[in-house]
Amino acid sequence: MKRWMHALVIFAVFAVVWEILVRVGLIPEIFVPPPSRVALYLGKSLWDGTLLDASGVTLRRLLLGYLVGLAAGLPLGLLNARFKFMEDTVGMLALGLQTLPSVCWVPLALLWFGQTETAMFFIVIMGSLWSVILATDAGVRNVSPIYIRAARTMGSRGLHTWIKVIIPASLPFIVSGMKQGWAFAWRSLMAAEIYVTILTGFGLGHLLHYGRELHAMEQVVGIMLVIIMIGLLADKVLFSPWERFLYRRWGKEKA
Amino acid sequence: MQGLEHELKNPPPQKLVVEGVSKQFKIRRNIVQALDNVSLQVREGEFVCLVGPSGCGKSTLLNIIAGLEKPDTGQVLADGQPVTGPNRMRLMMFQESALFPWLDVLGNLMFSLNLKPNLSRKERREVAKFYLHLVGLEKFAHANIHELSGGMKQRAALARSLAPNPAVLLMDEPFAALDALTREQLYGDIQRIWEQRRKTIVFVTHNVREAACLGDRVVLFSPSPGRIREQFTIDLPRPRDINSVALAEHTTKITRALKRYLPGAATEVAE
Ligand SMILES: Nc1ncnc2c1ncn2[C@@H]1O[C@H](COP(=O)(O)OP(=O)(O)OP(=O)(O)O)[C@@H](O)[C@H]1O
Ligand SMILES: [Mg+2]
Repeated sequence: MKRWMHALVIFAVFAVVWEILVRVGLIPEIFVPPPSRVALYLGKSLWDGTLLDASGVTLRRLLLGYLVGLAAGLPLGLLNARFKFMEDTVGMLALGLQTLPSVCWVPLALLWFGQTETAMFFIVIMGSLWSVILATDAGVRNVSPIYIRAARTMGSRGLHTWIKVIIPASLPFIVSGMKQGWAFAWRSLMAAEIYVTILTGFGLGHLLHYGRELHAMEQVVGIMLVIIMIGLLADKVLFSPWERFLYRRWGKEKA
Repeated sequence: MQGLEHELKNPPPQKLVVEGVSKQFKIRRNIVQALDNVSLQVREGEFVCLVGPSGCGKSTLLNIIAGLEKPDTGQVLADGQPVTGPNRMRLMMFQESALFPWLDVLGNLMFSLNLKPNLSRKERREVAKFYLHLVGLEKFAHANIHELSGGMKQRAALARSLAPNPAVLLMDEPFAALDALTREQLYGDIQRIWEQRRKTIVFVTHNVREAACLGDRVVLFSPSPGRIREQFTIDLPRPRDINSVALAEHTTKITRALKRYLPGAATEVAE
């Protein structure tokens, strides 16, 4: 609670100083809008629903795409770690494609799927899938063999060993891979929304884009703030519980 | 040591039979003969201690008996059946505790118990609690593994190995990391458990006094290549006290033999 207070005070002071600097003209208003105008914009767009609608559209794309990325990435990562030929094929592919910023998929996605939601999903999936695969693969490879030996002497075999030993033992890697996949998915979706207008729904990226077109910098900054807040919230809701669990169980060194 | 022929002529009431087991490892260009034609018989309910200097293949032999590794030549029979893989009836306890950090202490015990069929959930918990109590960790049932001291980890691992009630317990220097007091307490515990449950135990240690205190028989290994050199029967009454004079006599005898195969090398004899 106290840490929240500290953060709040610091940010409030920051906003006030910023506001003053803009008001007295030390910073030109066309480059940086004052916080009061950003707040005004946020209030207005919250009131007329555009902000919530856009957030909804963006979050739906993000969550669905990310879930598909996870659902495909986790098993693929496990298969990679298990089978040499998977490692040599899918593993290599993942290694290569992970380095490709997923905005690069935009032209192909538009060609294949048109200006549709599917194109957006595709880009988000391409953003998250590879890092999830790679992290899961690395996690399994880093499982200490003594755990597997111990499990085997206790009578664990095959699928049981995978589910009860190998996957939990690689959790620290898998969670950090999931986190990375989330960050990549988020980034690629924003890029895609800024570059491409999709008629089936206007997301936060579009609002940002139109803010630029209209020279409404208070809109740009406002949307940026919303994007940051969503990122922080996702971290708290999606990943903090996992990380707390890892920290509690594994202790300091690994989590 | 009895010859192979003798062994074959009298089908044994042996729990474990190790027949001419050899195992090589390649380390870079060098070939290490970890075990060279090792034969060993262990009767049902016998407590056998393997002693020998570091690198003489004791862990390797234990792994082979457990079915975790395959011998190059020879075979291991458990209850007359060739060992082809690990089996719950031959549980192994490792040098490091190998406890699972994603489970708490009780969870670790339940892991081994859950793999045992024909037990209700309530029975499993009761068994787990019993063994936690036995090793003095009942207050730590819900502790995380990283919160335990090295000694407590080994005690938890011992409880986890005992919980599914295996016929054979393979222990690889399980007490090496414990403080002397805990260790003495566990010498008592393990003798009591062994007597109550008539488990067959193969116990690897560096500590000759420990071996003489626990074992019905002490098997002496020598390194490169790993071979069995001598066996000593310890016919002292139980429970044995690690500090007793009678034990010291045996310890002296075994240590002297050990030194014979190991000119100049230092070995931990006792505390
Ligand atoms: N997986 C392995 N790969 C390569 N060499 C191995 C392997 N396991 C054991 N060795 C070698 O085999 C020999 C015997 O090893 P082992 O671990 O059985 O000895 P040990 O008697 O248990 O020693 P210690 O008392 O130090 O535990 C050693 O020289 C070791 O280097
Ligand atoms: Mg060893």
